[in-house]
Amino acid sequence: MVVLAIGPGTVTVVALLLIVLALVYYLVSTILALSTITKGLDEVIASVTEIVEKSAPVNDVVDAINGQLDAGVDLLEGLLVKKAGLVDGVGLVDGLYPGAAAAGFRNFPESTSIEAPRISEVYTKGTLTLARLGREAPIAAANPAGPVLRNVEGGSLAARLLYPSVRHTAPPELPRSPVIGTDAPVQYEQRDDIGAPRKRLPASRVGGG
Amino acid sequence: MTLWWIGDAVLLVVVLPVVVYLLHGVLSAARSIVPSVRRIAATAAAGSKDLDATALLLTTQSQVEQTVAGVANYGGSLDVIIDDAE
Repeated sequence: MVVLAIGPGTVTVVALLLIVLALVYYLVSTILALSTITKGLDEVIASVTEIVEKSAPVNDVVDAINGQLDAGVDLLEGLLVKKAGLVDGVGLVDGLYPGAAAAGFRNFPESTSIEAPRISEVYTKGTLTLARLGREAPIAAANPAGPVLRNVEGGSLAARLLYPSVRHTAPPELPRSPVIGTDAPVQYEQRDDIGAPRKRLPASRVGGG
Repeated sequence: MTLWWIGDAVLLVVVLPVVVYLLHGVLSAARSIVPSVRRIAATAAAGSKDLDATALLLTTQSQVEQTVAGVANYGGSLDVIIDDAE
């Protein structure tokens, strides 16, 4: 009886109902997944916007820093070449940083073809180190913001004034050298232990017992 | 009547599985995007946090300016008190 009650129309209705249920289930699930994706993309957009805002001034700042550093390099290279000459300048740099002569100076393309003199073999390493550090030079004791320290046309006193020696100031009396020997005005007592046999520790202590 | 039964059979055996298969594929694709979007969001947030130090570039710029100014003063003094090579 039941089998006879199911006709083709009923089967059609059941089939369409199943299709509609499948459509509802999958489409609702897809909508939920797309909603989650939308929320995630909103977070991404917010973070990317922050990145864009934070990185916007980077180019200008880095360009400015590079410009300043380029100016510093130009200044130092120009000063070195002006004062030491191109060949000696390349040799000095190569002595401080072996192999740097191959790169040459940025503003002097011809410096790459120069055979660097072996300045590091002429001067001691200490001299080069001091030159690199810029210390111990007498000019460092003076204030660079002050007047010109040396008369380049004549007069060596100005140059000698740069050194810490006081002899060029012609003082009335310099400290005398100390007098040593048996006739020295200051005598010190001779220590008894000098020249005597070395004291030996007891054998028990040496043996650890 | 027979054609109707055949149509019902086609509906149940062919159309319904095809519809389910296609919808399942769409749902799987949508769900597979979710973890990727979450990872992208986490990466973008981390990238944004990494750029928090960008403001320090202004300090670096100021320091570089002062350093180069000091080098320029020092070089100018050297230029005055040291003879040229030629």
